[in-house]
Amino acid sequence: MRTIEVDARGLSCPLPVIRLAEAARDAPANTRIVVLATDPAARHDIPAWCRMRNHELHEMTEVAGASGTGEPAGQSTYPTYLRFLVLVPPQRSKAAGTGSGSARSSAPT
Amino acid sequence: MLPAARTTLMAALDAGWADPRRLYAEGRAARALLDQAREVLAQGLGVRPAEVSFLPSGPAALRAGLEGLRYGGRRHGARMVASAVEHSTILTTGRYHAAMAQDPSLWAEVPVDRLGRVDLSALEQAVAIPGTALAAVQSANGEIGTRQPLQRAHALCLAHDVPLLVDAMASLGRDPTPEHFDVLAGDARSWGGPSGLGVLIVPERTRWRRPGPVSDVEHGRTDVEPMVALALSAAEAWRQTQATREDQSAVSSALVRRLRVAVSGLHDVEVVGDPHDRLPHVLTFSALYVDGEALVVELDRRGFAVGSGSACTSSTLEPSHVLAALGVLTHGNVRVTLPLAAIAPSLDDDVSRFIAELPDAITTVRAHLGACDL
Repeated sequence: MRTIEVDARGLSCPLPVIRLAEAARDAPANTRIVVLATDPAARHDIPAWCRMRNHELHEMTEVAGASGTGEPAGQSTYPTYLRFLVLVPPQRSKAAGTGSGSARSSAPT
Repeated sequence: MLPAARTTLMAALDAGWADPRRLYAEGRAARALLDQAREVLAQGLGVRPAEVSFLPSGPAALRAGLEGLRYGGRRHGARMVASAVEHSTILTTGRYHAAMAQDPSLWAEVPVDRLGRVDLSALEQAVAIPGTALAAVQSANGEIGTRQPLQRAHALCLAHDVPLLVDAMASLGRDPTPEHFDVLAGDARSWGGPSGLGVLIVPERTRWRRPGPVSDVEHGRTDVEPMVALALSAAEAWRQTQATREDQSAVSSALVRRLRVAVSGLHDVEVVGDPHDRLPHVLTFSALYVDGEALVVELDRRGFAVGSGSACTSSTLEPSHVLAALGVLTHGNVRVTLPLAAIAPSLDDDVSRFIAELPDAITTVRAHLGACDL
């Protein structure tokens, strides 16, 4: 399973979600997307995006200090940040890129 | 502010300038005007005049309501409970008291569902905990429009002998007046009155006591003497708004329905709040991949004054706690609050123009971020 990383630290809303959406648009099914973000809105908006776009938010963790393992260089610039693991669904619905209607009706989680 | 309220305000500045506590003729005249305003609002709210106090703003009234219930219930305990979508005055005051006492258990925020409605079973569990001095639940949320089940909330608070503080700042004059509360707070702006006037309703049965030295102002519920002209203007606005409330509500609801249909047809836009059980004049939505601040500015450029709960539009750079509590998108958020028809005679045309211009405004703002093909 392929994993790609979106480092959106230092970007403010709605850029982290836009970077995630770009990565998800171009990624094959079952890709794992790791998103790093420092914007306070990302805590709410990345889960909301996953719900609207039928992607699974596998985990959301707060990363503090130098405890991260395998994190990219530059983490010292951001003492704390959020790390999201998003799974691109196995079957990409055709609506994924175009159908706001299906995204809206997918409210129950 | 309603034109009639403005006229009353100007006239009352001349007639009611004196200190209503003075015994000379001008003071007595001011007292008579203040009493008259109080009677109008008491009658409208279904309470006695002695139960109505004027405070300097809606949030000031709300804060006073909370502090007085807390102090009045101090023998029960100091714990406070509120829905997670209450006005920030409630949330910051509650958190402040818990922090000062270094006891997080003194403050509980009750979650809401995706539509913003308070979880009644969680509320019941929260008020059942001994030592709870009060619970705060709003009549409706001014940001997303969702109404709260006040009757049931009040019943379960009553069962645990916990007084219910109701914030009606978003609904008074727009919706039927709440009947289920132990303390009620409102703001004259919601019914077309002037800014700078809040009302605090403390029924005689409620155990409420203002912390601090005894005051002889406004039945002892504040130490700020109200401006008589503001109170009289607010009372005039109330009379006007109440006389037309049902028609007004029907007009607003129809316009909001039109807005809802148009907005929910837009690409990647999610309408927020309860679609049915809601304030008649508010519609809120969030647009994916849109900078809320940029959209507010773009709509302003096109002649529309809208609100937003997005982080980039707030002074703290934190997104709206209401949108966060619902678990909906906080960015690209727009809140449309329809004014009263007497204030905006061209409302119908304005809504049509808004519907016509919104798609282009959203596309423009998305294009700035290169986010049109996601």
